[in-house]
Amino acid sequence: MKHLLSVTDLDAAAATGLLDTSDRLRQALLGREVRKLPTLRGRTVITMFYEDSTRTRVSFEIAGKWMSADTVNVAAKGSSVAKGESLRDTSLTLSAIGADCVVVRHPASGAAHRLASWADRDRAGTGTHTCIVNAGDGTHEHPTQALLDAATLRDRLGSIAGRRIGIVGDVLHSRVARSGVFLLSTLGAEVVLVAPPMLLPVGVEQWPCRVSSELDAELSTLDAVMMLRVQAERMHGSFFPSSREYASRYGLSEARAALLPEHAVVLHPGPMVRGMEIASSVADSPSSAILAQVRNGVHVRMAVLYHLLAGAPE
Amino acid sequence: MATDRRGGSAGASPPARELLSAADVTRTIARIAHQIIEKTAGSADLVLIGIPTRGAVLARRLGAAIAEFEGAGPAVGAVDPTLYRDDLRRRPARALEDTAVPEGGLDDKLVVLVDDVLFSGRTVRAALDALGDHGRPRAVQLAVLVDRGHRELPIRADYVGKNVPTARSEQILVLLTETDGRDGVLLGRGPTGGAGTPAQQGGTAQ
Repeated sequence: MKHLLSVTDLDAAAATGLLDTSDRLRQALLGREVRKLPTLRGRTVITMFYEDSTRTRVSFEIAGKWMSADTVNVAAKGSSVAKGESLRDTSLTLSAIGADCVVVRHPASGAAHRLASWADRDRAGTGTHTCIVNAGDGTHEHPTQALLDAATLRDRLGSIAGRRIGIVGDVLHSRVARSGVFLLSTLGAEVVLVAPPMLLPVGVEQWPCRVSSELDAELSTLDAVMMLRVQAERMHGSFFPSSREYASRYGLSEARAALLPEHAVVLHPGPMVRGMEIASSVADSPSSAILAQVRNGVHVRMAVLYHLLAGAPE
Repeated sequence: MATDRRGGSAGASPPARELLSAADVTRTIARIAHQIIEKTAGSADLVLIGIPTRGAVLARRLGAAIAEFEGAGPAVGAVDPTLYRDDLRRRPARALEDTAVPEGGLDDKLVVLVDDVLFSGRTVRAALDALGDHGRPRAVQLAVLVDRGHRELPIRADYVGKNVPTARSEQILVLLTETDGRDGVLLGRGPTGGAGTPAQQGGTAQ
């Protein structure tokens, strides 16, 4: 693995390998007073966030630190980006500083791919070698979120292959949904997207999933349901009449959660808008794995850094 | 790791000579179990920690043998040293193996580290570092089924099933029923002329 840009770069074996590594890293740290492994000593990981984030940025940083990498955070606000530096110049600067890995979140879909193609070109030219990890690019992909969702589902359900998983809500603006659909179907799950027609992206019929607009009809057959945040900050028009109407049709209320099978798992990538896409009582119920997702996020990101940085360069 | 140390599939190698038969392996494990009992004088704080994959299997067998002879068996676990290796950068990222520290931890325990083959000593060095991060044992001893020589670090085993003088180019293949379908220890001359084989030998049989 040279970069992690899209879940479509992972076949079932590669994805399962990452999940296995994640499980073993968790085992290796279980019950220890000192959560520190020497594996990435001397490697430098820079997280470059052009968009706000709490859990992704923090968990990448912790993942690096727990494996003894030196981690540095750059927020676009407060960096030279605010002075008008281009993405290209920022990437050249970070690689000249000596970043072994740049974890990037950017509002433009494809930004991570662009960085990776520059990194590969620079590698041929100057011999610097920088891995790029996509931590969310626009409405395109968020591979480590899909991996941590898969890790959580595998923990809770025992397996992913053959399970039916619903992804509900604002699919149009969701990189989590896109990465989730492709990764979970690669791993053999049957994915159902449930969304108002206005919030479905063009071309969704070519995704490896079924599409429905009736949440109540789907719930009783699902092994897991992933509620998406309504991304108001990306909505520059009116996509549904009102928050209340959205919540009443697509929100996971207590009554709706009762339609789920007993073993079903409730996921949410966070940050949650309680009362909008998910009722508070459901988010805090035993079937909710939302905090387990956050915990798994650290181990999955450790696994990604391990596979990218621990071995010999490809 | 252990599969790495075997260095490629047996099918690709020239015919291997049998060093220990299935019955020999059983007898050797029983002997090491007796030696551990004798040397540790039936310590209640004994913990066997295997190095995956085959060391972990051997640790379970030793634990069962000690339980059979003594009535009560020691706690048995496994520690994967991969994250502590000094040669990670020399080849593509390796798959990790299971780590399972017995309940009660390792603090103030008498730990016997168990592996199938002792070669350069680098795996044991890594495993010692891993143990140290899980706790502070009272003492650590080392048990191996085969010591094939060629140490690169000042490490020696306290319990040795069989000493086998080898050439660096040779391979020791430890087979255990749990992982390989049958018990036995084979000496292979190593694949001849395979690309990258010497590096694999040197890097893996540690």
